[in-house]
Amino acid sequence: MGIETENQNIEKSMREIARNLLNNKQVDVVIGYSEATIPLSSSPIIIDNEKDVDKLIWNNLCYINLAKYLVPMIPNLIDPEKGKLIVGIVSKGCVGRALFHLAVEKQLNLDNVKVIGIPCNGIVNRKRIEREIGEREILEVSVSDNNIVVKGNDFEEKFPYDEYINELCKQCKVRSPPTTPGLMETCLGNCQEVDSVYDDFEDIAEYESKTADEKWEYIKDILGSCTRCYACREACPMCYCNLCFVDQNMPIWFGKTTEINNIIVFHLIRALHLAGRCVACGACSNVCPMGIDLNFITRKLEKIAKERFGFTSGLNPETLPPMMNFKMEDEQEFMIEED
Amino acid sequence: MVLTKLEQVNRKKEWEPKIIGFLCNWCSYAGADLAGVSRIQYPANIRILRVPCSGRINPFFIIRSLIEGWDGVIISGCHPGDCHYISGNLVARRRFAILNDLLEYFGIEPRRVNFMWASASEGDRFAKLVEKITEKVKQLGPNKKFQKEW
Repeated sequence: MGIETENQNIEKSMREIARNLLNNKQVDVVIGYSEATIPLSSSPIIIDNEKDVDKLIWNNLCYINLAKYLVPMIPNLIDPEKGKLIVGIVSKGCVGRALFHLAVEKQLNLDNVKVIGIPCNGIVNRKRIEREIGEREILEVSVSDNNIVVKGNDFEEKFPYDEYINELCKQCKVRSPPTTPGLMETCLGNCQEVDSVYDDFEDIAEYESKTADEKWEYIKDILGSCTRCYACREACPMCYCNLCFVDQNMPIWFGKTTEINNIIVFHLIRALHLAGRCVACGACSNVCPMGIDLNFITRKLEKIAKERFGFTSGLNPETLPPMMNFKMEDEQEFMIEED
Repeated sequence: MVLTKLEQVNRKKEWEPKIIGFLCNWCSYAGADLAGVSRIQYPANIRILRVPCSGRINPFFIIRSLIEGWDGVIISGCHPGDCHYISGNLVARRRFAILNDLLEYFGIEPRRVNFMWASASEGDRFAKLVEKITEKVKQLGPNKKFQKEW
C-alpha cells in the first residue's frame, strides 16, 4: 500500500470519528490539522461544527504537536455558559504521549479530552527538502507513489519518502497514541497498548565516544547558527512554564545574547528541564528556522531517562516521571568516593 | 622587561585552580569545620559557600560558576538517609545525575563538576576528597570553555 492511499485512509477514518463526536455532542471542539497557507507546511485548526469536518486533513507535513494547543490554552477553551469544554484532539503517537505525560504532571484532565488516534506514517523532514530546493520557490507539495513531489514555477522534484522522513520517525515505535485498559473511553480510533519501548540509541553512540573537547567543538558547530528565537520552546508541548528561565530577570542567570556560550547554556538548561519529560515528537527540530537538529539533544534525554531510571515518557498516565520521584537506592556511580 | 618582586614570585608559581564548593549546612559544612578544627590539611583552592541543603542547589548555581570562570565545582551534602530535611539530598541526587550526564554530553570534562557526600563527623574524608578533586581539576587545567570569544 502506497503512502498516498495510507494517508487517504487515515484522513477518512479521522473525519468519520470527528464527525460522529461532534454530531453526538460528545465533544465541543476538535483540534486537528488543516491545509496551510504556505506549501510544505500544515496549520492547526479548531473546529466546533460538523460542517467544517472536511477541513481536517492528514498528510506527512502535519509536524505540529497539537498537545501544545491544549495545555496553555485550556483556560481559553472554557465557554462562559457551558463551563469546561470537552476537546477532541487528533493524535498521532507523539501527541498521545504528550497528552499522557501532561496528565501525569496534572496539567490536563484526561476526562475532558477525547483522543482521536491515527496511525502516523512519519513526518517529512521539511528542512532537508527546503535545503535541497534552495533558493527556488516552492508552490505545491504532494505525495504520490511513495514520493514527495515538490513543484515550483519551472521545476518538479521527487524525493523518496522513505529517505526524507525525520530520523526520529524512521525509528519511531509508538506510531498511534498509547493507551491503557482504563482509558478505553478516552482513546478512539487507532490506539495501541505499549508497555515499554526498546531502543538502543545507536544514533548518538558515535558522538558519545568522542572526547570532551571534540564534543564541545561539535556542539559549538551545530548550535552556532541558533538565533535564540525560542521557536523550539514555543512548539514544545512540555514547555508550559508561566515564566521561562530565559525570560526571568531576577536573577539573570546567564546572558541574553546570541554569543555562543549563552546559546549553549540556553540549550543545556532547556535540556535539563526536559529530562525525563521529552516525548520525542521532534517538534522543536521541525520548527527551527535555522534548521538545527535538536533531536540530537532530545535523544540523549530519552537515553538518560531510559538507562538511568528505566522510564519512557508518556506511555502510562500512572507511572511517575523520574524528576517527580526519588528512591533511596538510586544509582550514584557519578559521585566521587575515596580510593 | 623589568618585573616587580611580586610578579617574579607569581611567575614561578604553578597554576592553581580555583574551586567553588557548595556545602550543605548540616553535614558537609560542619564536616569542613571539623577538618579545620582537627587541623587536617587540605588544599586551599576550595572556596566554601554554605547552602541550607544540597536540595537547595539549583543547577544554575553550577553552570553560573562555570560561566564565571571557576575551574572546578564541588557539591557536597549529607549521606543518603541523613538529610536534615529528610529527602532533600535524594531529590538533589536525581537532579545531579541528569546534570552530570548532560554536562558530559555537552563536552564539559567529567571531573570539572564533582558531587560528593560528607557527614559532619567525616572531617578527614572531606579533606581527602577535596585533595583528590583538586588534583583532578589541576590535571584538567583552567576552565576556558565558557570564555567569551570577543
